[in-house]
Amino acid sequence: MTADGQWLTFLTLLLPFAAAAIAPALTRALHHNAAWVLAIAPALIFLHFSGFVGAISGGETLAGGYAWIPSLSVDFSWFLDGLSVTFALLITGIGTLIVLYAGGYLKGHEHQGRFFSFILMFMGSMLGLVVADSFLTLFVFWELTSITSFLLIGFDHSREASRRAALQALVVTGLGGLSLLAGLLVIWGATDATSMSALLASEGALRDAPLYMAALLLILGGAFTKSAQFPFHFWLPNAMEAPTPVSAYLHSATMVKAGVYLLMRLNPVLGDTAAWETILPIFGGATLIVGTLLAMRQTDLKLMLAYTTVASLGLLVMLTGVGSEKAVEAAVLYLVAHSMFKGALFMVAGLVDHESGTRDITKLGGLRKAMPVTFTAAVLAAASMGGVPLFFGFLAKEEIYAGLGFATGWTTLLTLVALVGNGLMFAIGFAVALKPFIGAKVETPKHAHEGPVLLWLGPLVLGGLGLIAALLSGVSHELVSSPMSTAVLGEPVTVTISTVPHIGMPLALSMVTVALGVLVFVMLGQGRAAMAGVLNAIGWGPDKGFDQVLRGLTRLSFRVTNLIQSGRLDYYMTATFIAVAAALLIPMGLYDEWPAAPTLPRMPFYEWTVLLIGLIGLGAVIYARDRLTAIVSLGIQGFAVALIFMLLGAPDLSFTQFMVETLSVVILALVMTRLRLSPTDHRPTGEKILDVAVAGTCGAALGLMLLRVTQVPFNTELSDFFSQYSRVIAHGRNIVNVILVDFRGTDTLGEIAVVMIAGLAILALVRIRSAKPLTENKEEG
Amino acid sequence: MEVALSFVVGVFFAVAIYLMLSKHIIRILLGVSIFGNAVNLSIFTAGRLTREVPPIIPEALQTPEVATANPLPQALVLTAIVISFSLFAFLLVLAFRAYQELGTDDTDGMRVAEPEGEPMPPLGY
Amino acid sequence: MRTLIFRTVAPYLTSLMVLFSVFVLLRGHNEPGGGFIGGLIAASAFAIYGVACGVSPVRRSLYFHPMAISGFGLLVAAISGWLSVVFNVPFMTGLWIKVSVLGVPVDLSTVLFFDIGVYLVVLGSITSVALALEEREHG
Repeated sequence: MTADGQWLTFLTLLLPFAAAAIAPALTRALHHNAAWVLAIAPALIFLHFSGFVGAISGGETLAGGYAWIPSLSVDFSWFLDGLSVTFALLITGIGTLIVLYAGGYLKGHEHQGRFFSFILMFMGSMLGLVVADSFLTLFVFWELTSITSFLLIGFDHSREASRRAALQALVVTGLGGLSLLAGLLVIWGATDATSMSALLASEGALRDAPLYMAALLLILGGAFTKSAQFPFHFWLPNAMEAPTPVSAYLHSATMVKAGVYLLMRLNPVLGDTAAWETILPIFGGATLIVGTLLAMRQTDLKLMLAYTTVASLGLLVMLTGVGSEKAVEAAVLYLVAHSMFKGALFMVAGLVDHESGTRDITKLGGLRKAMPVTFTAAVLAAASMGGVPLFFGFLAKEEIYAGLGFATGWTTLLTLVALVGNGLMFAIGFAVALKPFIGAKVETPKHAHEGPVLLWLGPLVLGGLGLIAALLSGVSHELVSSPMSTAVLGEPVTVTISTVPHIGMPLALSMVTVALGVLVFVMLGQGRAAMAGVLNAIGWGPDKGFDQVLRGLTRLSFRVTNLIQSGRLDYYMTATFIAVAAALLIPMGLYDEWPAAPTLPRMPFYEWTVLLIGLIGLGAVIYARDRLTAIVSLGIQGFAVALIFMLLGAPDLSFTQFMVETLSVVILALVMTRLRLSPTDHRPTGEKILDVAVAGTCGAALGLMLLRVTQVPFNTELSDFFSQYSRVIAHGRNIVNVILVDFRGTDTLGEIAVVMIAGLAILALVRIRSAKPLTENKEEG
Repeated sequence: MEVALSFVVGVFFAVAIYLMLSKHIIRILLGVSIFGNAVNLSIFTAGRLTREVPPIIPEALQTPEVATANPLPQALVLTAIVISFSLFAFLLVLAFRAYQELGTDDTDGMRVAEPEGEPMPPLGY
Repeated sequence: MRTLIFRTVAPYLTSLMVLFSVFVLLRGHNEPGGGFIGGLIAASAFAIYGVACGVSPVRRSLYFHPMAISGFGLLVAAISGWLSVVFNVPFMTGLWIKVSVLGVPVDLSTVLFFDIGVYLVVLGSITSVALALEEREHG
């Protein structure tokens, strides 16, 4: 790849974000017609990536990138092979149609510009995700898709259901993202690879690594949550709270396939093991069955489609897990087909909703005359979904059965699962596509007529593509299916299946599927009632579980907060001082650092007297019965401290202490005389005992620590330095003062700043007048 | 001397903490004031004690001829005294204003920031 | 508290204490004393004056608001620290010159100005606190 091409690809990856930035302003100017302009961005990207298809189908892979954080050897790099290019083309191709569709769907919505912005940002994130090479790039874009999805689901944020769905999607996929990150880190640790291309080149290394299982489970945690596999499927149907263009784009065609993408991407290095071939089909198969059964229960067009999307994702995971050549080819074909038909069907559902005012399937009927184009698109898409011959979905279904087969008991089971799933999906697909249009005309809230071109263009193109791609299967396999299968399998394969039916087991199974589908279609009403009964009987699901977990978390944190933050000062103080005592005593006990037993010091009489005065002052403070006594006692202990300083060669300290104690007593007196406050204590005896115990332990611990400190040898180096140089360098004979204003002047500067700030704060406190005094306290004023 | 002062400092701390555990702001304030003295004394003691020789170099000499009291803790404590006084004054005024506004000197009654019986946050979305 | 004797004596007492505080400040580099102690003594002096004669005479005699004095002190201290930078030595390095005032040699130094700054900050802040509290009592 030339440097120019690299530069261009980089710009291409940024283009959606640039378009997102201008979208609000553009929409303000052009209103819904901004869609035509904004759709140019994804169309250009589509063209850019189409340019690579030739080279890639020739077996090349393209890589490029720039150093991102060189010091951590993190790159912003991309890697293009059949898999990523196919995804990129789906994202931008469908993206173009979705932008146009959104132009019509949200016409006149006051936040249409914001919506364009979000959806283009999502497009950029998704595009970055599928072309990312370095793990970090991959992870960043992965998370960005979760975030943009959150914004889009919560677009209509005035409704609680929207907020809940958005939060749920974010929580589930966000947790999955963390799991993915952990998985990538494990892979990094196990193989030293920091990028997909390096990992793919180190074939086999990961599979043999001791941490293989951990890496696999963590990666699956990311992939299964993103791709809504049972039991994490519940967020996807709820995400239908989003406007329909979002459902069509994120929650069927692209974002939810990110998990499948990841699995396909890692298939060459993680796959082909017993664990892979067991876990994936089990979860995928379960998701397929659960999804289709739940879909039957629904009456809302979008919800029916959403559950079949869940089911389809399950099918894809199952096929990827089986991992045989045919199964992977089937997964690839089905993925491409699904993106097209499901996107189209969602847009049809939105269009019906938009024009008729309801999307309840039981309240719709006979719209085919009013909406002929929509009907055509719906039938085309449903035919592909149901696997009707001549459509792309048919190719996929043939390949599915060819890939599973009846070789062993295990594959037989999977074949049966696929058969049931496909049959049910056939029924639901046609129910969505036919029920609103055929039969007798039913009165709808709005008088339905054909939508504008912006709305029907997308479904018609996608529905038509399902037919064309199958008819020209040679070309589509050459350009898309074969390169993508090659990338997923890690070895060159050629997809050959065409619309010409081959007599054989797959065709027979297809017939059975169609028969089953038709049967269910006819009995859909009964099926729905039966499912409703079953679900009522169960009465609980992961969706409710999610609520219970979140509520439980809120309650728990509320209780913990109440417990820890009681709002009572004495509790906080008690806890703090118990911690202080523990921090001092426990290490002393553990390391046996108790001070040596002291001997009674020999001191002159007057020194004993001074210490005694201090202790008497302290005692008097505690037992003071009136204000004056308390203040005077406080002064006594303060002056005793000043005397201690005086006796021990600290005249500066002594003077300062005298002045400070005097001022303390003065201001205390000024304040206390105006407060009708008693300094006496009214603690109950129990509290008193506890407080005495805490205070006594703390005091003892601090005293012991001090004693211990004074018993170790003293390093006088620093003090000697000051004594030696005080006069020589700093020309001062009072060493304390020299330290304050010269040696340690910067400290002092900070300290006087603190003094000044305290002064300002006090002034502010005194001056402040509350607007609404809570109580009047003038009696002593 | 260090032994005696360590004991005294312990008592200072114990009394200060006992007062600070009270619910009455005035007693808490008295405790804060004593706590400051206790801290200053312990820093002073930890720097070892020398009797009656201040760290001042005689007029005729360039360096002190006898061992003087350790000047470093004195410098630390000097600023600490002034700052603990500033803090004390601030707390005093704060307590005074709180008393004026709330009409109580009991910390149990001062629950503006953390009111009692706060409702559970909403459980919805 | 506001007895006649106290009120009469207070101004003189205050003047003496302020004078003494300046003395303590200036001798602080060589003998016990210094900006912190000097500032506290001066603040006590004004506090006594305020208790004796009310707050407004103190404010009149101070002329500047106490916090302004405090701020000026911080400025002086900071400038004397930064002055060394002009002479291309690190921040807070002491600079000394000898000047002759009326034939008497006097040591002038940035350190002295720094100490004066400390003195003013302590004086201003604590006087401000004391006066604010006294004002509420009499106001």
